[in-house]
Amino acid sequence: MSVIEIENLTKYYGKTRALEDVDLTVEDGEVFGFIGPNGAGKTTTLRILLGLLRKNAGNVSVLGADPWHDAVALHRRLAYVPGDVSLWPNLSGGEVIDLLGRLRGGFRQSRRDELVERFKFDPTKPCRTYSTGNRQKVALIAAFIADVELFILDEPTLGLDPLMEAVFRDCVTEVKQAGKTVLLSSHILAEVEALCDRISIINEGTIVESGTLAELRHLTRISVSVETVRPVTGLSELQGVHNIRVDGARAHFTVDAGAINRVMEHLTPFDVRALTSAPPTLEDLFLRHYELQTGESAQ
Amino acid sequence: MKVGEFAGTGALIRLILRRDRLLLPIWIALPPLFVVLVVAAFVSLYPTAASQQMLAAQIVNSPGFVALLGPVSSTTIGGLTAWRSSLFVAVIVAGANALTVIRHTRADEETGRYELLGSGVVGRRAPLSASLFVTLGADLVIAALVTAALVAFGLPVAGSVALGLSFAAIGWTFAALAGVAAQLAESAGVARGIAGAIFVLFYVLRAVGDANEQSGQSWLSWTSPLGWMHLVQPFANERWGVFALFLGAVIVLVAMAYALSSRRDVGAGILRPGLGPARASPRLRSPLALAWRLHRRTLLAWAAMFAVYGVMIGYLAKTSADLLAANPQLATLFAHFGGVSAYTDALFTLSLTFLGWITAAYAITATLRLQSEEVEGRVDHVLAAAVSRLRWATSNLALVVIGSAVALAAFGLPAGLTYGLSTGNVGYELPRVLVAALAYLPAVLVVVGLTMVLYGLVPRLSFVSWGVLGAFILVELIGETLQVSQSILNISPFNHVPTVLVSGVSLIPLVSLTLVALVLTIVGLVGFQRRSIG
Repeated sequence: MSVIEIENLTKYYGKTRALEDVDLTVEDGEVFGFIGPNGAGKTTTLRILLGLLRKNAGNVSVLGADPWHDAVALHRRLAYVPGDVSLWPNLSGGEVIDLLGRLRGGFRQSRRDELVERFKFDPTKPCRTYSTGNRQKVALIAAFIADVELFILDEPTLGLDPLMEAVFRDCVTEVKQAGKTVLLSSHILAEVEALCDRISIINEGTIVESGTLAELRHLTRISVSVETVRPVTGLSELQGVHNIRVDGARAHFTVDAGAINRVMEHLTPFDVRALTSAPPTLEDLFLRHYELQTGESAQ
Repeated sequence: MKVGEFAGTGALIRLILRRDRLLLPIWIALPPLFVVLVVAAFVSLYPTAASQQMLAAQIVNSPGFVALLGPVSSTTIGGLTAWRSSLFVAVIVAGANALTVIRHTRADEETGRYELLGSGVVGRRAPLSASLFVTLGADLVIAALVTAALVAFGLPVAGSVALGLSFAAIGWTFAALAGVAAQLAESAGVARGIAGAIFVLFYVLRAVGDANEQSGQSWLSWTSPLGWMHLVQPFANERWGVFALFLGAVIVLVAMAYALSSRRDVGAGILRPGLGPARASPRLRSPLALAWRLHRRTLLAWAAMFAVYGVMIGYLAKTSADLLAANPQLATLFAHFGGVSAYTDALFTLSLTFLGWITAAYAITATLRLQSEEVEGRVDHVLAAAVSRLRWATSNLALVVIGSAVALAAFGLPAGLTYGLSTGNVGYELPRVLVAALAYLPAVLVVVGLTMVLYGLVPRLSFVSWGVLGAFILVELIGETLQVSQSILNISPFNHVPTVLVSGVSLIPLVSLTLVALVLTIVGLVGFQRRSIG
């Protein structure tokens, strides 16, 4: 039984389409990355999973329950960090953490103290004085003190410094080891690469790619830099070669995973002196989908 | 003071005009509209000089009413209009000016909107200067429109100008006061609270001063800008010098606001809040406990203001009764209407009418907290925990109901006690004044119900609840002077509140109002449960 199942989810805000036919499955015990540019529909999807927004069509199930109808029972079993953390200005950070923990059904004091310590958080200040990063810490501590099955985190490291980001990654790794499931929405790709077992890329309200990082890499291009004795010619005639930049004896290009053999054969006659190739980073994946989209809309 | 500190003021003025393009015309239009209605009413009801003089004499001889609404400077249509409209226009203009200045200074800093502006070519003093420029300008437009309207009715030009300017002057005073309050407090809510408390203080000073006109304590009226409005004496021998007092006060306050603004960091106030507790108290564990935390400061502040108002009314009732007792001629006059006690009952009844409206305004702000929690995204934390929408909304509504009841009791108790002590019959006066005040609760709850319908079904239009309350008040105000048909008067829930002090408690209207409020609230709650959040 999957922890989160989304089928054909569609959501409109008035006449604006926010999501169309989104499918997503998160399995028990995995850390799932949900990436996409700003305004792609990440937050809308997560807020539907929490029963805060009404869907227009499709099926959604979280921990086997309908998030719209069984919100309260369901929320006892999950913790949520909103994308834009807004707190009550006249409550202290410590009060908010305790309140949210209690509203979800209680927490261990020792766990709370440990997290406050690890995030180097001062709980005595009124929330109106906290910076973005400190507000984020309140939401993160309030989420990670919970002994729940599922964590839904919407861009959780926004405003955190690199040290705190490391603490956050430790927390995610710990809950994963304890068998919990994490849905992590982000556009910080290094974070997703480091933490996630599987990812989905969303753009303009539709899922454009899903799978493990290895699977996605397989689908995409490898970037190659080559130095030859004689300048390389004829690259542009080859199928599956893109972004060619020839600079005297050096050539840089990207190549589709399936075309790599043909390219090597083409290069050998030019007398290869040095060759480096790099697997695509998530960034490349992301940019490629992004370019595809903007390219299409430009046409 | 360097010129650079004002850089960007022009651009900010345009920004304010753009952001307030709907609000600004509304509050500019209200005072002239109200004045026109009042003049029209007096012209039609008191067409002859004799009838006007008789009305004026009745008012002048009722120290309680003079205290509530202010003295009558002239027995002409102009004088009566000035008397009748000054308090209401002062509430509208002072409120609008203070809220506008705070909205564009402290509120922007608190929400962080100012960070973006402040990093541009915008001087430290530009936001304050721009908001003062807009409000002072709007007040002048009000003055011009009011003057034009009065002159169009054929009233003397000098008096019309004086009345129009007195409205602008009270607006200026409160714009400048709000400018200072915005520097002192770190939150917009506290700044608004300071401005509101000062208005109440000025009102009490003027009321007590005017009530004691004959006994030589009228100097108190000179300590209050609300008193100055009447001391200008529009349509009598206009005292133009009083405007120098206004101008002086405005200059001092603006200078103070600028001086304070140079002494603090952006986002910080002069009054610094202390640290909070590192852990929440064990009681802070339910949506109701959270609602209490969020409502309590406003609730206690309003209750305190109501208590001051209650003491004042109780005291006025006593002074008026004393005065009548000392004046046999007046006493015989009032004997026709039921004697001294009938007179004080009428005074209480009139002040309770005002109280009902103010309580409804409190109830709307408290109910709209649901919307601000949602718009600011704070409700997401609560609803993403194991809290149902119904539980969250009803927890807040419970505080609205309790808060309104506490506010009404905060008036009724001290009013009844003060008056009862003075007549030596606390056991009789206290319960009936308290019950008379609490009788307004169902009508207030109808306004809450209407607000909930808007919030539940069309949250973006929740602010329309203010317009609905305004319409109810207008119906009451106009209906009182013009002979409006009963079916129009019946629109206002306040019109159904039994006048307990005059005719005793009648349960049917109270129960019906409560039922209407309940049905409206349920409709709103059902709508809220069926829609998306945020």
